[in-house]
Amino acid sequence: MTENEVLLDVKDLKMHFPIGSKSLFGGHKNHIYAVDGVDFQIKKGETLGLVGESGCGKSTTARAVAQLYKPTGGEVILKGKDLTKLKPQELIHARKNMQMVFQDPYASLNPRMTSGDIIAEPMRIYQMKGILEMNKKEMDERVEQLMERVGLSRFFRNRYPHEFSGGQRQRIGIARALALRPELVLCDEPVSALDVSIQAQILNLFKDLQDEFGLTYLFIAHDLAVIQYISTRVAVMYLGTVAEISGSAELYKKPLHPYTQALLSAAPIPDPKIEKERKRIILTGDVPSPDKQRPGCPFYDRCWKHMDKCKDHKPRLREAAPGHEVACFLYHDPD
Amino acid sequence: MTDEVILQVKDLRTYFHVDEGIVKAVDGVSFNLRKGETLGIVGESGSGKSVTNLSIINMIPNPPGRIAGGEVLFMGKDLLKMNIKQLREIRGNKISMIFQDPMTSLNPFLKISTQMVETIVLHQGLDKKAAKEKAIEMLKLAGIPAPEKRIDQYPHQFSGGMRQRVMIAMGLSCNPEILIADEPTSALDVTIQAQILDLMKDLTARLGTAVILITHSLGVVAGMCDNLCVMYAGRVVERGNTGDLFAEPKHPYTQGLIKSVPRLDQANNDRLNSIRGQPPNVIDLPDCCPFYPRCDKAMDVCKRKYPTTTEYGNGRAVACWLYTEAK
Repeated sequence: MTENEVLLDVKDLKMHFPIGSKSLFGGHKNHIYAVDGVDFQIKKGETLGLVGESGCGKSTTARAVAQLYKPTGGEVILKGKDLTKLKPQELIHARKNMQMVFQDPYASLNPRMTSGDIIAEPMRIYQMKGILEMNKKEMDERVEQLMERVGLSRFFRNRYPHEFSGGQRQRIGIARALALRPELVLCDEPVSALDVSIQAQILNLFKDLQDEFGLTYLFIAHDLAVIQYISTRVAVMYLGTVAEISGSAELYKKPLHPYTQALLSAAPIPDPKIEKERKRIILTGDVPSPDKQRPGCPFYDRCWKHMDKCKDHKPRLREAAPGHEVACFLYHDPD
Repeated sequence: MTDEVILQVKDLRTYFHVDEGIVKAVDGVSFNLRKGETLGIVGESGSGKSVTNLSIINMIPNPPGRIAGGEVLFMGKDLLKMNIKQLREIRGNKISMIFQDPMTSLNPFLKISTQMVETIVLHQGLDKKAAKEKAIEMLKLAGIPAPEKRIDQYPHQFSGGMRQRVMIAMGLSCNPEILIADEPTSALDVTIQAQILDLMKDLTARLGTAVILITHSLGVVAGMCDNLCVMYAGRVVERGNTGDLFAEPKHPYTQGLIKSVPRLDQANNDRLNSIRGQPPNVIDLPDCCPFYPRCDKAMDVCKRKYPTTTEYGNGRAVACWLYTEAK
């Protein structure tokens, strides 16, 4: 395996949800265009941070990648296989390599299962399907080994989720995701519900696990500082599309898209000296509703640098500097 | 900001009686609020930030809650000793509150106008028409476009950021002395948060309102607050001027907290300095330093007794044995 092997390649991913009543001929008239043409690649061993405000389609992207939703269009290529075209049986095999960690450590664990059973469940399912060969004893050992690795005592294996704190529950969720030794872990806001001091513990755990097992992460968060800390590359999403994608250091040093600039300037920095001297770009208005497809740039209404051409032409992601792509006509002309 | 103290909280204790024992949600909190000052209260969930502020305006549900001791002096009068009628004259008038979730704190059945006019009529003795005009003026100040039209709409017709603007307009409509803002931007996106904080800062400075800002975000307090109280397990462990406190945190908890936040302006890819363990359960907490199981500098005395508070003047104080002995 080479360093630069692309593990996940997402091409023009679209996820439209029908809303409202059906029209006369049975089709839905209206849709929420939650994800509307997203492209990105994740190389093996790296972390792609997906950042954006609520409703921009971050979580939908992750779920469409995991095939929890059937995407409306586009391709999701994991290790050379397009997941959207696989038969159910083939998909089960492919998914073994791709696991998820969810935001809410309260809602994502079954309250009627012990932590040990929760962590063992993926292994049990794959064993029943005849994909994984493991006996009961091996599974028990693996559970204990996973619990110790994520920082839980193995003596807790018979406890139920309500007996754990939020941070500990997130550790159970992480152990479960690692049970099948996946290469790709989709993390959907895994630290957003946690307190600051616990958040730091879990972020460290994610990094250590990556170093140890060579994991690849798609890491979603709305906190820009968290994304900077964890990511190799960062994609900024706005209204169902990627506005900018670049190496983490480059993006934070030299944000190109006006939205990225505004987002970075709006995020508070925990240092009163810096805060006093900072100039903020205060955006007017709210994020528009994704219930219609716009002919122009999705950020047009709130952009302080918008031009005439932004209204009728949709900017596509184009390379503005090596490895730094941006969807904005300030940096390239309409096609 | 002047030196006139308008709110004095002294040794406030609020306990909740539950089946498992007594939850000491707030256990001996003291601080002063000066006219026009913005005071931040930071801490993690369950540290007693919100309960402190509900206690100030005497809104603790009883039972199971009980204010077990202390004084809250507002302009010299103890709010905890007032009857309901006296309290009503203060709540929403002299001291008003805005909450985290603007959807649940606005009545979904009533138009914005009804909810705003009610407060203004009650407290300022204006008639309905004048009150509505005042309400429109406040909405305009809060940056709501076309307030004459928007005032007759219902809460669900507003976005999250707009609802929080309505709450701010409502909170400030009676020119209160103190605005208590309980996590006002935690439910909002970062660009909307910047708008709302900017608005709060601007309006309260113009009206000379003192603000108690409760939040878990160190970034928010760094930009907003003159002074800070750091809470842990129902106690104020450290307080002081925001600049001093960030430049030279004394309590090991404050030090750990500041170091454990990843920062935008510092691209570091090393490990974060996390605080090990987790916050204690505050049921029947023994009289020890609640932070000692997680503290790197814990000593024998920390397990035996809660530390006394060491004052450094100018409102700077820390409750930690490290400094008591040095003194």
